[in-house]
Amino acid sequence: MKRAVATAAIATGLLLSACGERPQVLQSSKSDVPAFQGSVGPFVAPGWKAGDKTSWEQGLKARMQNSQNEYTKLSVAK
Amino acid sequence: MARMKFVCDAERCIECNGCVTACKNENEVPWGVNRRRVVTLNDGVPGEKSISVACMHCSDAPCMAVCPVNCFYRTDEGVVLHDKDICIGCGYCSYACPFGAPQFPASGTFGVRGKMDKCTFCAGGPEVNGSEAEFEKYGRNRLAEGKLPACAEMCSTKALLAGDGDVVADIFRNRVVQRGKGAEVWGWGTAYGSKQAGQPPQGAKS
Repeated sequence: MKRAVATAAIATGLLLSACGERPQVLQSSKSDVPAFQGSVGPFVAPGWKAGDKTSWEQGLKARMQNSQNEYTKLSVAK
Repeated sequence: MARMKFVCDAERCIECNGCVTACKNENEVPWGVNRRRVVTLNDGVPGEKSISVACMHCSDAPCMAVCPVNCFYRTDEGVVLHDKDICIGCGYCSYACPFGAPQFPASGTFGVRGKMDKCTFCAGGPEVNGSEAEFEKYGRNRLAEGKLPACAEMCSTKALLAGDGDVVADIFRNRVVQRGKGAEVWGWGTAYGSKQAGQPPQGAKS
């Protein structure tokens, strides 16, 4: 009797295992290092400190004004 | 910092394709793939307008929404990037994108209909900033070098502006004011219509 019950339990377990569901988590890379941490390349622009977010932001803003806003060079308004 | 944005000033763009060349050179983009293109409206007709178009790094990016493998991610600066190790090259993003930004290299490492490639705002990808692996897959990471995208920095007329959205808006607004034009190019009249909107400027600088 015990043997029959054990066999039935094992058989039921095996049958139901097919109904199980594996976790389906999408693999996605969210681990990009922020740009303000700097680059290992040799072409880093001078004037800011790697790892300092405020310094990086100020550097970019200054670069924008110097390279893209010619009105600042002409001293005309703003 | 606000979000990183591109703006192309159609009044200044002269269709020189300098931005396209700068992008291809800086990122060593293969033949057949254009991360950036110059589009001209009414080509050949007096008054034609050109704008430079690439990935606009949308705040609510449709490519991110439709990607079945979730390979896209957004950086803290609002740059939409993707992981080529996860991309399956299905092409859904190219259907979803209103700007035609996603490109599919037909040759190279991944063969026909390879991994998607697009403008990265010169911010590379998930690999180590400035590494060889990052350059091979995504091109240069100029943001991590404290620089702006090559296309904007190389623009001869400064039609293409890139960077912090607030600063871009300030520069553009100042230009419009300096041009001496009013409601026909900026503001309420352009958005909702007015007597001045669409009328040629009278006695103003162009």
